[in-house]
Amino acid sequence: MLETPDAAIVVTGLRKNYREVEAVKGISFAVRAGTTTALLGGNGAGKTTTLSMLLGVLTPTAGSISVLGCDMLRDPFLVLPRMNFTSPYVDLPRRLTVGENLRVFADLYGVREPRTRIAELAGEFDLRELLARPYGNLSAGQRTRVSLAKALLNRPEVLLLDEPTASLDPDIGDRMRTYLERYQRESRCTMLLASHNMGEVERMCDDVIMLREGRVVDQGSPRDLIARYGRENMDEVFLDIARGGGEESDLGGPTPEVAA
Amino acid sequence: MQPATGTATDLYPQRGAMASARRVRALIRRHAYLLLKSWPRLVSMAYYPTVTMVLWAFLTLYLKPTNSFLKDAPGFFIGAVLLWDVLFRGQLGVSLTFIEEMYSRNLGNLFVSPLRLSEFIAGQLTMSVLRTLIGVGGACVFAWLLFRYSIISLGFPLIAFFWLLLAFGWSIGLAVSAMILRFGLGAEELAWAAIFILAPVSGVYYPIGVLPGWLQPVAWALPSAHVFEGMRGVLLEGTFAWSHFWSALMLDGVYLCLGAFVFRLAVKHARIHGRLLQMGE
Repeated sequence: MLETPDAAIVVTGLRKNYREVEAVKGISFAVRAGTTTALLGGNGAGKTTTLSMLLGVLTPTAGSISVLGCDMLRDPFLVLPRMNFTSPYVDLPRRLTVGENLRVFADLYGVREPRTRIAELAGEFDLRELLARPYGNLSAGQRTRVSLAKALLNRPEVLLLDEPTASLDPDIGDRMRTYLERYQRESRCTMLLASHNMGEVERMCDDVIMLREGRVVDQGSPRDLIARYGRENMDEVFLDIARGGGEESDLGGPTPEVAA
Repeated sequence: MQPATGTATDLYPQRGAMASARRVRALIRRHAYLLLKSWPRLVSMAYYPTVTMVLWAFLTLYLKPTNSFLKDAPGFFIGAVLLWDVLFRGQLGVSLTFIEEMYSRNLGNLFVSPLRLSEFIAGQLTMSVLRTLIGVGGACVFAWLLFRYSIISLGFPLIAFFWLLLAFGWSIGLAVSAMILRFGLGAEELAWAAIFILAPVSGVYYPIGVLPGWLQPVAWALPSAHVFEGMRGVLLEGTFAWSHFWSALMLDGVYLCLGAFVFRLAVKHARIHGRLLQMGE
């Protein structure tokens, strides 16, 4: 187990096999409480698989996951009410209106005053005029906003975000990031996000965990990684690492490799 | 945008019967929203049971003058078809509730929420009761309006028959849901067809004694055979056979446990193979 007293998420020796394919190869990492951490990697690196295991919808082949001090694999229901997530791979019922969807999930999470909370989020995400519209009639960007609102209904202490601003135009995307940053700062929420938007990562994240072929190949703050790789920005660092830079340490953690 | 910050203390307690009831209610609310806003859905739920009932009612009217059996029990076929539909609607109610979540690609959202599997099943079963009451209830109203046949005339046994058949429908519905989760929406047809294999051995319209000897033990292993045999006892002899009641109750218990076990196994398999976040249209 990693020694991480201030960590909200601790992953140790996490492994996932799909028959012969080893999607995640014994990774270990910790996410500090109250910070935003990016889980980066190319397609097939194991990001969504890792997030799914953290959420409890995918059973690991081996390893352990601790979220907010609870063993996620043994007793997920201790911590699931304090978590939430959003992902473009999961939808909400399309024939229900936005308001109905939010009400159902507010009740599922046990929100004490669902109407007030939904009204707050509708205001914050510009959803007021969409509340009475069927979710299925919304544009991709509108759906992303609704999914984010759903993810914040229970004021989560741990928020897992898979491509949180995908499909959003630059204006709305920026507003979402600003909102998430403020929410994170003021609530001390721990966020783990998978994203291909390196500008977003540089802006929002305190730490970055780089995955390649199911292994953690590097880890550090965006600024440290940019400096270490001698690059201008995270886009270039990402390309370096995705194309072969970085090397997994014996413990599954990173051993930085200066690429430039 | 100003974030509304807070903590999990804004939530109700997450453990205990009240918390479970709240989550089950949320699931029911989700499906009630869907049902109540679509009158075609409501109509279609009562349509098939009503049409089938009308068909058997006219057949009864045609045969009654020359058939002493039907002279003694004119409501026999109508009662049988209505009770058969309790079984069918009960199963369909569970399966369709599950299929709806798959079509919506909503299983991922549900299974990362605090909703327990047992609560998910409780929600399915409750929706099954509501769907059955709407579907069969509609047909019962038409049976009275058109043919002056009231299924309530069965009295207390009707309540017993209703719940015994519903519970058997639930167990099949859970097994069908498990198959769909395991094999994908390609297995959706099972939701509509699976139950009909049981019709010939349930003795809906004829006594189990009519079946070949080797098939009769199979029939007696089904709660539905005991219910329909019991129904015939009430309609033809005016007696409620407790032996059939207890047999059906015991078998329901066994099949419900099996159905829940198979469904649980399918969810476990889906978690291992990463299907909960992927499944959908």
